[in-house]
Formats: sequence, C-alpha cells, structure tokens
Amino acid sequence: MSVYGEMAGLDPLTGGEVVVAQNIAFGLIAVIMLFSALRMVTTRNVVHAALYLVIVLAGSAAIFILLGAEFVGVTQVLVYIGAIVVLFLFGIMLTRGALGVDEEEKGEQRLMSCLVAGLLAIVTAGALINTFSDAELTRSSPSTTATVGDSIFSQFIIPFEAISVLLLAALIGAIVVARKD
Amino acid sequence: MYLNQFLLLSAALFAIGVYGVLARRNGVLVLMSIELILNAVNINLVSFAAFRDSISGEVFALFVIAVAAAEVGVGLAMILLLYRNRRNIDLTEIDLMKG
Repeated sequence: MSVYGEMAGLDPLTGGEVVVAQNIAFGLIAVIMLFSALRMVTTRNVVHAALYLVIVLAGSAAIFILLGAEFVGVTQVLVYIGAIVVLFLFGIMLTRGALGVDEEEKGEQRLMSCLVAGLLAIVTAGALINTFSDAELTRSSPSTTATVGDSIFSQFIIPFEAISVLLLAALIGAIVVARKD
Repeated sequence: MYLNQFLLLSAALFAIGVYGVLARRNGVLVLMSIELILNAVNINLVSFAAFRDSISGEVFALFVIAVAAAEVGVGLAMILLLYRNRRNIDLTEIDLMKG
C-alpha cells in the first residue's frame, strides 16, 4: 500500500511515468496471456494445456493488481491457481489415455470453430472500439480489501449467502455424481 | 490507461476460449476453455469497476470465481463418471440422445 500510495501521490493515474510503466507492464502481460491462451487451446498434450492455463490465470491476476483490485488478484491466485488447476490436473491424471495421442480434431470442425471465434472477436472488438474509443480509467486510488469486505457484507449479503448455498450444493452434487456405488 | 485496452484483451481471450470449447474433443480441455471464458469476463468486470471507480464490479468478479469453482467441481465429477462408464471422454462420441 505504501509504495502504491507514494506512486499515486507522485503521479495519479493520468499522465506521467507511472502511466508509461503501467502501459509497458500491460503490454508484456497481455502478450504473454494471449500467447499462452492460444497454445492452451491448440496443444496436443493435455498436461501442457493445464500449465498454459496457469500462465493465463497468473497473467489475469497481474491485470487485476494493475487495475488496483488487490483482493480479486489474491483470490484469483488462491482459488484458481491453488485449487482449480490442481483439480484439473487430478482430472487429467484420472482420465489419462482416454483419448491417447489421437486427439486429432477434424479439419472441418477446426475451420468452423476458427470462423466462429474470429467473427466473435471481430464483432466484439468493433463494438468496443466504437463505444469506448477514448474512455480513460479514472480510479484515483486502489480499492482495499476492507472496502471489498464491507461491500460484500452489507450491500451484497444476499448474493453472498446464495453463493454459499450454491457451493454446498455443488460439493454434495460432485460427491454424489463421482462416488463409486 | 485506457479502458479499451483491457476490454480488447478480454474480448480476445473470450474468443480463444470459444474456439477451445468448439474445436477440442477432450472433455477436460473443454472445461479448461470454459475457465478461460469466465476469466475474460472477470477482467471485464474488474476493468469496469476501475472505470466507474466503484467496488461492485470487483465483488461480482469474486462471485464469478466462486461459481467457476463450483462449476469445475461438478463438471469434472461428470467427466470422471463418463470415463468410468465408457472409458472415453471424447465429447463428439457422446451422442446417445441425438435425434
């Protein structure tokens, strides 16, 4: 907080060296994330795909920190990289060899998927460039964990409780579906 | 920093995730691509929270993370069940209910 605060005091998020540094960091992270995501969906080896997923998730945690959302960034590392990826690795190992080396997508299917994803990207990017072409981020200081906690337990208490019940239901459901007998 | 650079990154990740869901046949890889899509949505939510200088977007990103965790748990349990019954997790061969 102190380093960030001094940086903010030195130069707020509009203009100056801090912005240059932020843009360089953003460019680096974005390139790494896009490359890893592309490798993730194209690689043959499923374990490699899981490791590329780790890089993408870590990159988006870095993006969250860059946007001043420290608690979301930390939660991303804890829940995604710490728990979900481990779950994926277990899933991969338990179903190992189910597809073998013959994970050859049909050429037609790959072409159509490429077409759909490319069209989606073009349409979304066009709409975004049209709408937000000169919207600048105006956040003056990063949000602290305390404000996030206050918000969850006052304004968003009902969704929070609903999420708790949902997690319990998913837990029980997963056990019931996956158990042996 | 402009809002658009984050939104465009998120859109690109979303499109890559959609490609993964459509093109891959391995069930675990399809679930991983869905995680990629949810992650793109999270980047969108947090960047709009920074844009509007409000906290709601971050709280919803946290909710999305929780729902993603639940979804992965149930999804992997279903894929394990599929593997146990058919020795195969190729999603193109699961066409029992095809008309």
